[in-house]
Amino acid sequence: MTNAVEQDYIKVIVFQLADKEYAIPVSYVRGIEKLMHITRVPKTPRYVKGVINLRGVVTPIIDLRERFGLIASENEDNVRIIIIQLEDMEVGFVVDSANDVLDIQSTSIEQQPTVVGSLEEEFISGVAKLDKRLLILLHLNKVLNPLG
Amino acid sequence: MEVNQYLEMFIDESKEHLQACSEHLLELEKNPEDLAIVGEIFRSAHTLKGMSATMGFEDLADLTHKMENVLDAIRNEKIKVTPEILDVVFESVDHLEEMVQDIANGGDGKRDVQSTVELLKRIESGETPSEVAATSVVAPVSDEQAASTSTTELVLTYDDFEKTVLHQSFEQGYKAYEISVALREDCLLKAARVFMVFEILEKNGDVIKSSPTVEKLEEEQFDSQFYVAYISKDTAEDLQKKLLKVSEVEKVEVSEIATAVFQGVNGQEQATTPEQTAPVQEAEQQVKATDKKSATINKTNVPTASKTIRVNIERLDVLMNLFEELVIDRGRLLSIAAEVNHSELSETVERMSRTMGDLQNIILTMRMVPVETVFNRFPKMVRQLSRDLNKKINLEIIGAETELDRTVIDEIGDPLVHLIRNSLDHGIESPEIRRQKGKPEEGTVQLRAYHSGNYVFIELEDDGAGINRDKVLAKAIQKGVVSLEAANSLSEKQINELILASGFSTADVISDVSGRGVGLDVVKTTIESLGGNISIESTQNVGSVFSIQLPLTLSIISVMLVEIEKEIYAIPLSSIIETSIIRNSDILNAHNQKVIDFRGKVVPLVFLEEVFEVPRKELKDDEFHSVVIVRKGEKLAGLVVDSFIGQQEIVLKSLGNYLTNIFAISGATILGNGKVALIVDCNALM
Repeated sequence: MTNAVEQDYIKVIVFQLADKEYAIPVSYVRGIEKLMHITRVPKTPRYVKGVINLRGVVTPIIDLRERFGLIASENEDNVRIIIIQLEDMEVGFVVDSANDVLDIQSTSIEQQPTVVGSLEEEFISGVAKLDKRLLILLHLNKVLNPLG
Repeated sequence: MEVNQYLEMFIDESKEHLQACSEHLLELEKNPEDLAIVGEIFRSAHTLKGMSATMGFEDLADLTHKMENVLDAIRNEKIKVTPEILDVVFESVDHLEEMVQDIANGGDGKRDVQSTVELLKRIESGETPSEVAATSVVAPVSDEQAASTSTTELVLTYDDFEKTVLHQSFEQGYKAYEISVALREDCLLKAARVFMVFEILEKNGDVIKSSPTVEKLEEEQFDSQFYVAYISKDTAEDLQKKLLKVSEVEKVEVSEIATAVFQGVNGQEQATTPEQTAPVQEAEQQVKATDKKSATINKTNVPTASKTIRVNIERLDVLMNLFEELVIDRGRLLSIAAEVNHSELSETVERMSRTMGDLQNIILTMRMVPVETVFNRFPKMVRQLSRDLNKKINLEIIGAETELDRTVIDEIGDPLVHLIRNSLDHGIESPEIRRQKGKPEEGTVQLRAYHSGNYVFIELEDDGAGINRDKVLAKAIQKGVVSLEAANSLSEKQINELILASGFSTADVISDVSGRGVGLDVVKTTIESLGGNISIESTQNVGSVFSIQLPLTLSIISVMLVEIEKEIYAIPLSSIIETSIIRNSDILNAHNQKVIDFRGKVVPLVFLEEVFEVPRKELKDDEFHSVVIVRKGEKLAGLVVDSFIGQQEIVLKSLGNYLTNIFAISGATILGNGKVALIVDCNALM
């Protein structure tokens, strides 16, 4: 029974970036942190903000706005760092704000319509419609992979 | 769960015994006549058998048993040592290693060894000419409790292992005694007296067995009398006199164990194989006893044996991690104390720092492991490879006792395997060619390890063909590793090191052993990731030396903290020669490169600000520059920074698996204020 439930729903963390809402399955998320001092790492792509001291572990930080080619945000009050673990990599994403934890039905996830044509298109694995909200599911492998 | 607790110990010890087996087998191969070596192998195999039977790994015990039978036959000169037999024994050891590995990986240690078992059996029976149990023997089995004192009958019972030891001591001209020591009834410190008796005995010989066991004696769990089996060159009277000097000893009886009894026993031992598949509990006792015995034997080789305990490596790792946390906090405390400027606080912090310094030394040395643990698998590998390659190769190992941090040890194995394979395959020539060149047919590969300063050097030297620089250069140009123009300006050493570049392989035919062109560049990257470096010296037709320099430890290093604009970087003290302040006018221009004259040497300047693209709010135009002079091998460079902060011990942290291969950054550390500082990789800046 429990298996059937797990298949039907996925729990996601919802966060805001510019005017859109994005979602990452909770299973990848290790924690959400407030913005802290980031040490710049030279000679890395622009979207790599640097590294932070996450309770003794040096963790790299990616600015998702930069990664998706959006302009930098002015307001930093709600900025959060979402710590992601993908395979053996631990990375933090800087997002405008982390809003919610939601269960979304697998059936409500649709393939990304190809017409969107924005820069972040290649990082999207699907879209979920939830009442009036539209959640964009991130393709974490693609967000992290093409480094260097 | 109970078994689990012993499992790790079992695996460790099995590995040790198997290692001992292969080492001695290799020795035996060189001196097939030396039966003492067979005894050593037999002993290791026997212990292993007992242990695996106890732990319930029947297959392991069974194969060891078969192997042991063959060894025993060799030992009793029923079979002569031939390379064929040794091959089979080597094969069995390989199987055993696989089994133990399987057990270590959570398996049940089962493995199809039918063919090997068959071979062992055939050697044991088919090639043994004489009947096994030819001699009729008086069994020396008598009850321990029936403490008989007659000179010919034995009080103690002996297991196979002890018999072996006794038998060997006879061969080496020792005498064996059974000593009965009676303490006075009113003796208060029985354990102390026992200790004194043992001390006297162990000065001039070895205690093989005692009844009750040593533990029981130490716990005073005996009445007033105990028995000891002892080998020594002393005479019975001398022994008696010496022991009677111990106060509160009432009576000492020394009776010699007759040589004949035990020579017979050896024959008899052959016949009584059922005894060897003893029930589990008995085997367990046996194991305990044998372990104790081997410890005693070892003592003869190392007179000042210190007491050691086995500690799980994970615990040491945890200890190290906790200590690293402390180091970070110490940094924080130091900076707070400096801010607060409270004398008592500063004093306490300083004291704590000193204690922590000592603690750090102890923890670091605790984690040091002799390189032997890596080196000891090479002799067998070289033996196998030289057979595969039809070459004659002698591997010499020097300095196996040199100690290195465990983290380095874990990583260094594979690169060394690559290098040795490379030397064997490409370096050492085939016997015919060697003869033509006027070299001895047998090639020599020497593996050396030694300490120097804060580094450990591991060198691999062969007397083979050396590097054919023309061939290397031609290949490098063909493969696009270097350009034609660049090739002309390369030094000999640089050409040698081209073989470490990726996508490079000079072997015309790809062999199984090496030559896929992936090996050596992996070696280079691995060693550099460990903070070390590798260099090659080679003379054609004389040989090559691969020299690896490694840091003693990886986890805690001393650095100089420097500041550039608002960013703090750490420069490892190990590469710093000195710091200095230079004037603008001291900077000279040579070939578009800014240089300074540093103690008569022209040293190029590297502006870290430019290398690291540090964002600056306003242009800095100082007349003075702070320069850190760093060194890589012979080369010097001056790193220009804004200001020096000071020297500090830091904990090295990796940048994780996402940020890899960042230019000129070798890692990160956490500073006293909780911020991350990056560690400059000086080697990359040269």
